[in-house]
Amino acid sequence: MAVRVALLALLLAAAAPAPPPVDPALGRTPLADPAAEAQAMRLMHELRCLTCQNQSIADSNAEQAEAMRALVRSRIAAGESPEAVRADLIARYGDWVSFRPPARPDTLALWAVPALALLVGGLVVRRLFR
Amino acid sequence: MIPSPAELGHLALWLAAATALVMAAAPLHAALAGLARPAAVTHGLLLVAAYAAMTHAFLVSDFSVSLVATNSHTAKPLLYKVTGVWANHEGSMLLWVLILGLAGLAVALVPLPLGPAFRARTLGSLGVVALGFLAFLLFASNPFARLDPAPPEGLGLNPLLQDPGLAFHPPTLYLGYVGLVVAFALAVAALLDGKVGPAWAKATRPWVTLAWAFLTLGIALGSWWAYYELGWGGWWFWDPVENAALMPWLAATALLHSIRVLETRDALRNWTLMLAIAGFALSMLGTFIVRSGLLTSVHAFAVDPTRGLFLLALLVGLTAWALLVWALRAPKVAEGARFAATSREGLLVVNNLLLMALLAIVFIGTLYPLALEAWNGRQISVGPPYFNATTVPLVLLLAVLMGVGPFLAWKRGATKGLGRRLLLPGLLATLAALAMLGLLGVTGVLTLLGFAAAAWLAVASLQLLARRGLTLGRAGTALAHLGVALTILGATASGALQREALVSLRVGEGFEIAGFTVTLEDVAPKAGPNWTALEATLAVQREGAPVATLRPQSRTYTSPPMETTEAGIAMWRAGDLYGVLGKPDGSGRWQIHFWVKPLIHFIWWGALLMAAGGVLALGGALRFAQLGRRRPAARAAPVPLPAE
Amino acid sequence: MSPARLLPLLALAALGLFLAANLGRPQQATIRSAMVGKPVPAFALPGLGDRPGLASTDLGGGEGPVLVNFFASWCLPCRVEAPQLKALADAGIPIHGIALRDSPEDIRAFLARHGDPFRRIGLDRDGQAAIAFGSSGVPETFLVDGRGVIRLQHQGEIRPEQVAEILREARRWR
Repeated sequence: MAVRVALLALLLAAAAPAPPPVDPALGRTPLADPAAEAQAMRLMHELRCLTCQNQSIADSNAEQAEAMRALVRSRIAAGESPEAVRADLIARYGDWVSFRPPARPDTLALWAVPALALLVGGLVVRRLFR
Repeated sequence: MIPSPAELGHLALWLAAATALVMAAAPLHAALAGLARPAAVTHGLLLVAAYAAMTHAFLVSDFSVSLVATNSHTAKPLLYKVTGVWANHEGSMLLWVLILGLAGLAVALVPLPLGPAFRARTLGSLGVVALGFLAFLLFASNPFARLDPAPPEGLGLNPLLQDPGLAFHPPTLYLGYVGLVVAFALAVAALLDGKVGPAWAKATRPWVTLAWAFLTLGIALGSWWAYYELGWGGWWFWDPVENAALMPWLAATALLHSIRVLETRDALRNWTLMLAIAGFALSMLGTFIVRSGLLTSVHAFAVDPTRGLFLLALLVGLTAWALLVWALRAPKVAEGARFAATSREGLLVVNNLLLMALLAIVFIGTLYPLALEAWNGRQISVGPPYFNATTVPLVLLLAVLMGVGPFLAWKRGATKGLGRRLLLPGLLATLAALAMLGLLGVTGVLTLLGFAAAAWLAVASLQLLARRGLTLGRAGTALAHLGVALTILGATASGALQREALVSLRVGEGFEIAGFTVTLEDVAPKAGPNWTALEATLAVQREGAPVATLRPQSRTYTSPPMETTEAGIAMWRAGDLYGVLGKPDGSGRWQIHFWVKPLIHFIWWGALLMAAGGVLALGGALRFAQLGRRRPAARAAPVPLPAE
Repeated sequence: MSPARLLPLLALAALGLFLAANLGRPQQATIRSAMVGKPVPAFALPGLGDRPGLASTDLGGGEGPVLVNFFASWCLPCRVEAPQLKALADAGIPIHGIALRDSPEDIRAFLARHGDPFRRIGLDRDGQAAIAFGSSGVPETFLVDGRGVIRLQHQGEIRPEQVAEILREARRWR
């Protein structure tokens, strides 16, 4: 068991490339490339500030949010896709950090609500018109 | 010794509880039934007295009252001393019972054509609800609790709440909630009486309409306040507290439409009653969510689990009682007349179905993170990406049907000439989408559909206004629907056409955004009555000509000490230029968050129009009820409606 | 009466029970790191100038478990937990510090005043190491085992009664 964990750790360490350096100024300044900045903005609006009450990192003045903005912009400037950045942050903080809930077996009920509500409602309505 | 006004207010609250008990007991025995009306009138007046005593305590800064000491300050402006009464937990619950008491007074005095026993039962239900809330006030959050010795100075009001937009948000919302309580009381009385039909619907509809109009206004005020006060440029965050107000609104909207079907066609009886109960339960759930601190919200409120438990017990107890009566009595209230699927009531049923689906999404989306964490310990966030993806298609579908519905006839199926009538809205909707695609380069499918739906519904509603034989009721419908169209337009445009920049600038530097040149001209200190601030001056130019000067501030309040941001906002056409001053970066630069938000005002103008439409329809309903009273024959016959 | 009529009542009861059960437990008060069970993230932080910094390569070099403590001189609970950190260090567990958004002068003053239990201290000036660990504030303490895998996250200050528990966990991952 211990050996396997050690191997796994080695594998993970080897597989994870060193992240590109983060420019702290990017927490306060937009990217020069408007397309990249738009991508970053879209993602920052969907990431949740950790030290605030239900605020996105794009909306928050907290220092923590600023650090996360710097990370998002640096990664996107380095050519990473927004989804890769989101996945990386989820790997660190869990799904909580993304305002978009994951699609998993335990969130099936959440994503099925619209269809389910229409289906059940539709059946009731059908009885009404029969 | 003469008791102080605060002592008298406390006494009035106890006496109000006693009169509520009389109201609740009156329907139980014939000998007591006559007491219902005088008890309700006394109850209302006692609550006015209690509320006046509390307002007095705030006005004279009587810091021996704990609530005043913790929420007020001698230096606070007069307006916020008056509104400060309800800008806190206990005071807002006091306002709640005051409005409920006034509603009881109104129910006791207005003509109610369903007989004295029905009135006594309605007042009895109101008494039960009032008793529950008064018990909550007196035992779990007494607004008149005293401090001895009284502190020399108060702690002050949360500066975020020192704002006209927010000051009138709670009373408006509470008027809506209380309207739903009256609809609930009327529904319970109808179930007990077994008299559910057009006459009941006619008596209830004004209350539902009023509740709906106030809920609409209250939510709009809250959204407007969050938009300009929180300084994030957003107007709706799908936050639990916002969702808590949205859920009763969705139920009230469904009720508003189903009660029309009940009134004109004597159908959907059980469903309408269920909606009246659900509307009440959801407004209670909203109060519970807001006051219990169960869910993390940007709108931070005082959190107290004990109070939460009390509110939860009230919510479950009152709703369970109503649902039990419904379960026992509803089978006696047969479902009512049948109709074709393509009739107007058919479409209203589909409207209810879509609204219920929206309600389910908001309900599940709000509570799911809590449920999941309780179930398997995993923490997730359900935010705008989920709610937008799930609700927007349903809202657009609803908008399409809203354009058609008012043109359909009751009862019958397909209507002649419908296609011809819908030609113009269809044409303009297509044009709107094409124009957005071609001229402004908007590509998102949902966004284009949003513009198309807004154009479709707006044109169809205007057509409805232009038709011959316009009644108050139909004008109200048309205006309210036009309001929905405007809100959809504002929401779509301000989202899709918005431009946003987050930059840091030295004084003298500028940047370009969406054709505007924004220059940071100055950052200077500024002092207000109970705050000091740093104020930035942002000069906005377009094609070399000055357009506006924004003065966003970063404020520091003295009592209580707190930092807030005041956005600098200037209206530009029907949209806004919106600037926020952030922190300095230590090297002489200031962080500026700037947005251009085209057409965003349409969101709130639309809501105003919806509420205005509701008031017009209310006028129609009241006039109709009076006509009905003068000519009793007209009430028995199926309500005459112009064939359309 | 058909049983279906009781469905709304049942739904209400379920909702009431669910809400009541969750009342005492405020939702998502703390956001746990998802890095527990994973290898330490790659990082390299400068030191205070007169002493070496901290890098991920310093952790999990084969010796026993170590604690990584996120702290700051501006953080009040960090002062409260200082004696507990000292107790843990005295019990033989190496503790490394990561100072969040702080200056060397302030850190030196803080250590002089409240004690210095740290072997190495890394300066996380812009909070990126904290993000890499999935940390959401200070103070926070991570237990890293001899193979460099994060085994435990303790959020908030370590209170005196929690020292024994942390010692037990550290021995478990020896």
